[in-house]
Amino acid sequence: MSFKHKHLLSIAPLSAEEIMLILETADSFKEVSGREIKKVPALRGKTVVNLFFEPSTRTRTSFELAAKRLSADAINFSPSNSSVVKGETLLDTARNIEAMQADIIVLRHPAAGAADTLSRGVKSSVINAGDGWHEHPTQALLDLYTIREKQRAFKGLRVAIVGDVAHSRVARSNIHALTKVGAAVRVVGPRTMMPFGIEKLGATFYDTLDAGLKGVDVIMMLRLQLERQGRALYPTIREYSRLYGLTAERLKLAEPGALVMHPGPINRGVEIAPDVADSFSSVILDQVTNGVAVRMGILYLLSGANQ
Amino acid sequence: MDAGEMTRALTRIAHEILERNKGTKDLALVGIRTGGVHLTHRLTKRIEEIEHVKVPVGELDITLYRDDLAIRKEQPILKTTHVPFDIGDRKIVLVDDVLFTGRTIRAAMDGLIDLGRPAEIQLAVLVDRGHRQLPIKATYIGKNIPTSTDEIVQVFFEEDGEEDRVVIWQGGVA
Repeated sequence: MSFKHKHLLSIAPLSAEEIMLILETADSFKEVSGREIKKVPALRGKTVVNLFFEPSTRTRTSFELAAKRLSADAINFSPSNSSVVKGETLLDTARNIEAMQADIIVLRHPAAGAADTLSRGVKSSVINAGDGWHEHPTQALLDLYTIREKQRAFKGLRVAIVGDVAHSRVARSNIHALTKVGAAVRVVGPRTMMPFGIEKLGATFYDTLDAGLKGVDVIMMLRLQLERQGRALYPTIREYSRLYGLTAERLKLAEPGALVMHPGPINRGVEIAPDVADSFSSVILDQVTNGVAVRMGILYLLSGANQ
Repeated sequence: MDAGEMTRALTRIAHEILERNKGTKDLALVGIRTGGVHLTHRLTKRIEEIEHVKVPVGELDITLYRDDLAIRKEQPILKTTHVPFDIGDRKIVLVDDVLFTGRTIRAAMDGLIDLGRPAEIQLAVLVDRGHRQLPIKATYIGKNIPTSTDEIVQVFFEEDGEEDRVVIWQGGVA
């Protein structure tokens, strides 16, 4: 089994075996991240460019750290301080970066399909770090890694994804990844936040949190995107929080020992109660730690196909 | 080399390690995956039989330290490095099955030194087949087997469900 993809644009085209290979590769890098000297020479001489058209701290820092721990040169490029505000197109920006011999471009962009477009226009490998409402593949992979690390088997695992699924690339990537490895995925939230035809992705819809949480092994809370409040998806934040916020009381509906996950940044007291976010069940900070190892694994696997 | 010869070579190497290091003080064995790990466990078992001391054992995956990563089309599958003790100021015996170009050992030494600063690194190999491309020499050798560069030397282990033996393949055939 070897990894034959040049880009990582979405979870959808990956096989279950390829997903497992990425997770196993990340194991080696988890070990590296635990060392006193957290660096290996595997990507010496390679250049990784983080091209971020949307604000991001966690994902960008995680990719930067991953590249640096592999001894690659990492540079960050964000539109606010670049020529993009002067009217340059995505492809022209990328071609300029490529002309500086970038081997891997990590792209975050507000438009769905941006990473795919970019991958057709440049010779570098492209990693999608979030494109609009489409996918965020590395987030799903680090979520799966965290579940596996906590000794949960994927086959038959019951996972509830709670919140604004329609506007969540994290949810989409996770539904693809989890169903491929054999988990049973529920999506929970108001109808206004569910994309049309969500069942076709293999997820089951629940419109009440109490029913959706019953007997689940993993709860993935999505961030309530407060900036979308103007879209009338729900009447008030307080009502949303009352109906769909995860509290210690509701957590008891899930299986004992259920994992609570969140891609961050969390809105304390909105989608998740502070005592739940900080509880023993919460693996939110493990997700962040594992993010670096998983991204190192992906950078490593893609760096081979470049020639 | 058959199973008997392998066993006798390992017994001798275990004695040589103890003689050179005057016992097991500060001693640790680190095997290079995959063959070296099997040999490491066998050597530590012999050392325990002789000295009644369990020496610390580590497993090293050298893939990330290879010098051909940048020129390969597909990245090799990674296995994990597991060295569950502090290597600082220890005498480390690196263990591998076949010593050939020396490039694996170079990578292993770099990988080891990233984990700490050992007092000394020694090298034990089951077979030395010659053709070094780097100035590297084994401290303990099971058997010197002169080969030509187009031959392949392969060590089989009981642990992998094979009969213990060393086979030399002549351009693809034994």
